[in-house]
Amino acid sequence: MADAPHVHMRHVRMAFGGRVVFGDLSCAFERGRVSVVLGGSGSGKSTMLKLIAGLVRPVAGDVLVDGEDVTRLGERALGRVRRKLGMMFQGGALLDSLSVFDNLAFPLHEHRALAEPAIGEAVHRRLRDVGLEGVDALLPGQLSGGMTKRVALARALMMDPVILLCDEPFSGLDPISQRRVEDLLLRVNREQQITMIVVSHHIPSTVRMADHVVLLLPERAVEGSPEALLESEDAHVRAFMREEDVTTDAALEVHP
Amino acid sequence: MITAVARLGGLVVAGLEDMGRLAVFTGRVAAALVLPPARLRAFVDEVYKLGVLSLVIIGVSGFAVGMVLGLQGYNTLVRFGATNSLGAVVGLSLIRELGPVLTALLATGRAGSATAAEIGTMVATEQLDGLRMMAVDPVHLVVMPRAAAMVVVMPLLTALFVVMGLAGGYVVGVHLMGVDAGAYMGSLENAVDFRDDVLGCGLKAVVFGVLVGLVATFRGYTSAPTSAGVSTATTTTVVVASVSILIVDYFITALWGV
Repeated sequence: MADAPHVHMRHVRMAFGGRVVFGDLSCAFERGRVSVVLGGSGSGKSTMLKLIAGLVRPVAGDVLVDGEDVTRLGERALGRVRRKLGMMFQGGALLDSLSVFDNLAFPLHEHRALAEPAIGEAVHRRLRDVGLEGVDALLPGQLSGGMTKRVALARALMMDPVILLCDEPFSGLDPISQRRVEDLLLRVNREQQITMIVVSHHIPSTVRMADHVVLLLPERAVEGSPEALLESEDAHVRAFMREEDVTTDAALEVHP
Repeated sequence: MITAVARLGGLVVAGLEDMGRLAVFTGRVAAALVLPPARLRAFVDEVYKLGVLSLVIIGVSGFAVGMVLGLQGYNTLVRFGATNSLGAVVGLSLIRELGPVLTALLATGRAGSATAAEIGTMVATEQLDGLRMMAVDPVHLVVMPRAAAMVVVMPLLTALFVVMGLAGGYVVGVHLMGVDAGAYMGSLENAVDFRDDVLGCGLKAVVFGVLVGLVATFRGYTSAPTSAGVSTATTTTVVVASVSILIVDYFITALWGV
């Protein structure tokens, strides 16, 4: 079981109305690795995360998360699976009527019988982890884009997930904030051995942080290491990389 | 011709599907009412937002409607020399019909639309998905307290509307038109039956509360995750709830004689 992929999508067909997003998608995400899902706009990157989280259901196929097929579970059983997952949404998805502190404390109030001091300590530890202090009382609307992403990451980690899903964690950030979020994700992966699935279209970050890349192309997906994709003979893969204006040498240079 | 029939059929099927989804949604809200944890804090917050913040508009509207009823009633009754029955006319009109219906329509515009917009915005900004990812049922946390609060505040707002309306009718009838104060209050007391009129008014208010609460939360919950979706949810809440209130009012009146 430990050798089985942590998340496994098998022959997934997904459509919204008449628009087919995936015809027959299969890919696997190994335990403890950082996987980055690349693809153009509308290629289904965010939909892939929602399928893994059980937020949408496919037309056909299986999505195994830690051995359980989330496509066949009811809401209550999905809740059990989701306690193993953390999700950092593209826009943060923070509860806008609650302060930063209450947003982070919320999952603990819901699922853990902890005393207030213990909750406060856990919240402040997570805020320190993401490099934020003194923001407890702020509302989500008062945060900058970078701060929102980091609070969203802190909330996603509050329940100590074994799988972390990140939807475009670098979008809308300046280069310094991008690098800070990237370092943060890598540190979390290294220290807590969390399986990470990161949706992005940012090639330099992908090359720096990914152990494994899934590139969503029209009607198929290509998997491999970032180096393998950058050196691929496949014309479509090369075209995607060129559109991002990144050469193999330049990208590999910054790889740690 | 065939296209028109197909289009009509499509509309009917879409309408039936919508009603089916509303029925399932209603079942989920009812189940959430009895499932732990009790969302008392959220419920009290919603009672404040939907009820307390609506007090002024309901109070002022009730007083204004009572004044109009007083004036119109006086002008009619004076032709028959029956101005002493003004209290009965104002009271019965308000308690049996205008109080619950107008309160429900005002609550739909003020609180129902706000509820639909708030939940729709939470859909558009993925806050409800965020709750699901924290293994929290959005129907339990977001929908149920709002729907329950609407059911509780509607009879209270209706009572306020009626009392303010009676006061408005009294001011016009007694102080402006010179109707005897004792006659106004006496005819009101004699005409209004607690069981038929007051409890009937309460029944209508509760039914309208359920209706507005469910329509508003359902429209918000099922809205498209876009700003246009939020706008559509708000508009359809007002339209569907308002028309439903008037139709249901007829059936309650016809079936229970209230």
